[in-house]
Amino acid sequence: MTAAITIPTTTLRPSQRTIKESVTTREALSQITTLAWRALIKMRRNPEQLVDVTAMPVLFTVMFGLMFGGAVSGSTAQYLPTLIPGIIAMTTITACVGAGIQLREDMDKGVFDRFRSLPIARIAPLAGPMLADLARYAIAAGVTLTVGIIMGYRPGGGIPGVLAAVVLAVITGWSIAWIFMWIGTKARSAGAVQGLSMMLMFPLAFLSNAFVSVDTLPGWLQGVTRVNPVSHVVSALRGLMNDGIITAQVGWALLGCCAVAAIFIPLTVRSYSKRV
Amino acid sequence: MSTVIPQVERSGIDANEVGRDSSLASATTVEARGLTKIFGANRAVDNIDLTVMEGEIFGVLGPNGAGKTTMLNMLTTLLPIDDGEAKIFGYDVSSEGHAVRQLIGVTGQFASVDENLTGRENLWMFGRLQGLASKRAHHIADDLLAQFELTEAANRPISQFSGGMRRRLDLATSLITRPALIFLDEPTTGLDPRNRNQMWNTIRDLVAEGSTILLTTQYLDEADALAGRIVVIDRGRKVAEGTPSQLKSQIGTSSLRVQMAEDADTTEAVVLTANLTNATPVVSPTGSGFSVQLSNANQAADVLVALRNHRLDIANATVEQPSLDDVFFALTGHTSETVMTDTEASNS
Repeated sequence: MTAAITIPTTTLRPSQRTIKESVTTREALSQITTLAWRALIKMRRNPEQLVDVTAMPVLFTVMFGLMFGGAVSGSTAQYLPTLIPGIIAMTTITACVGAGIQLREDMDKGVFDRFRSLPIARIAPLAGPMLADLARYAIAAGVTLTVGIIMGYRPGGGIPGVLAAVVLAVITGWSIAWIFMWIGTKARSAGAVQGLSMMLMFPLAFLSNAFVSVDTLPGWLQGVTRVNPVSHVVSALRGLMNDGIITAQVGWALLGCCAVAAIFIPLTVRSYSKRV
Repeated sequence: MSTVIPQVERSGIDANEVGRDSSLASATTVEARGLTKIFGANRAVDNIDLTVMEGEIFGVLGPNGAGKTTMLNMLTTLLPIDDGEAKIFGYDVSSEGHAVRQLIGVTGQFASVDENLTGRENLWMFGRLQGLASKRAHHIADDLLAQFELTEAANRPISQFSGGMRRRLDLATSLITRPALIFLDEPTTGLDPRNRNQMWNTIRDLVAEGSTILLTTQYLDEADALAGRIVVIDRGRKVAEGTPSQLKSQIGTSSLRVQMAEDADTTEAVVLTANLTNATPVVSPTGSGFSVQLSNANQAADVLVALRNHRLDIANATVEQPSLDDVFFALTGHTSETVMTDTEASNS
């Protein structure tokens, strides 16, 4: 062990290299997939990170189904077609919070300094985990759906409707997650990210039509729920899952997702690049 | 072993290539003028000029909080430069960061490898990120693991690595693309003497095969053992620059510390010593002894013989190599401890 380490290779001088001015799209995609691979390995080795997309959806579906079923729709079975799309939207948004917390934790580690010292696309360390997180949103949607079916939910939209709903849920999760990624680059600690994100996540999920009919709400609150993009996502999911139809709500939901991504991706990248 | 060298894409005429006159960049690797970083009211790095020549080990010496890491972070594009400019192989650090990042390797003070991955996975990932094909990245990872004696531990998670192993993996990760300029931030802080020696040998090997190294250190002996040239940094300012021998001649090669048997003899002993050494002895806080910088170690014998001839009994005498504190005292008139306290005070 004490012997000197010999390094038989020779250094490449600057004149022997081709220096590129910028990262090509192909290189960026390769870097993003490499960092998505890293995030997936991290997920596999820290399974407790998956609690929010496995145990939580089970808990929420069973709890809400049994508790509110009778009150809202007369019975649990009648409530399920309303509830399951709502829970899918809610668990996906809950899962988004994890993206911001993970980013904050990562940024505090030395490995992110190395990422920033490499000639890679600035967005790669952000986009890599976001790509891997698609798996988390799919798991969240899948688990909720499975529990719902066990409890007696029979989606009228059939397999195509359900698959389309899962895809929409994943797209929603990916877009909304950029809000929490931005919080992750701004907050001082992972704990702060969690606190701030919860303050945002709960109104986003609950001040919507996810669990109750909007008609039962006071007038001003109806206005709030109607502009909440989550309401449009939930309505779109209900159309797809229960009736197998693509309603105008799908369009509004996708538009909302695009708007969120268009605002928060640049904000996140800028804030990340500035962060010491 | 030419097979280990990562092949950098070599298209004849590349539209993306940034043209550079290679003759201009042949002598200097780092050229910084008036480098400055300001955090609030604190000038963490204050108007520093640096020139690092190709093929040398350049040491940046200073206590904790002197601004060494901040300076390194600016040169490696991790922190924006507030004032002044820096060029690496002729590329401007502020405006051509992407080019600079292709030419340097950076090993930070804290392990900048991924805790969740094994050693092999780390090297493979960083190879892939820098454009190597998967197979080639595996090949280079295995080679580097062997060179840094990490093959046995290659498939263990980093959390089970010792401090020395982490440091080796960290350095190995910086060498994947065989960069011509390597930045090492306190490469041996926290290492035991054996690992420290090994790191020193590795650094010398890197230079022997053509790399240029800029390292920071808190230890004078490390700068002395490795660096061809040193700058001493204090509170963000450059206070001295030169070869290790030039710096040491400024502060004396060593110091003599004497404890008198009788406190009352100290004053007479100090006068005698001052006459013999042409230096100003510093009386210890308790008044029971003194210390003095020596321009050569033989002066210690002269002082002790003189004390004996004057029947001034000593309780204890030691000859010490100059420490970083001595360097600081000699160069700045205050000790490195006060520097730390001041910095902490200004940070809070």
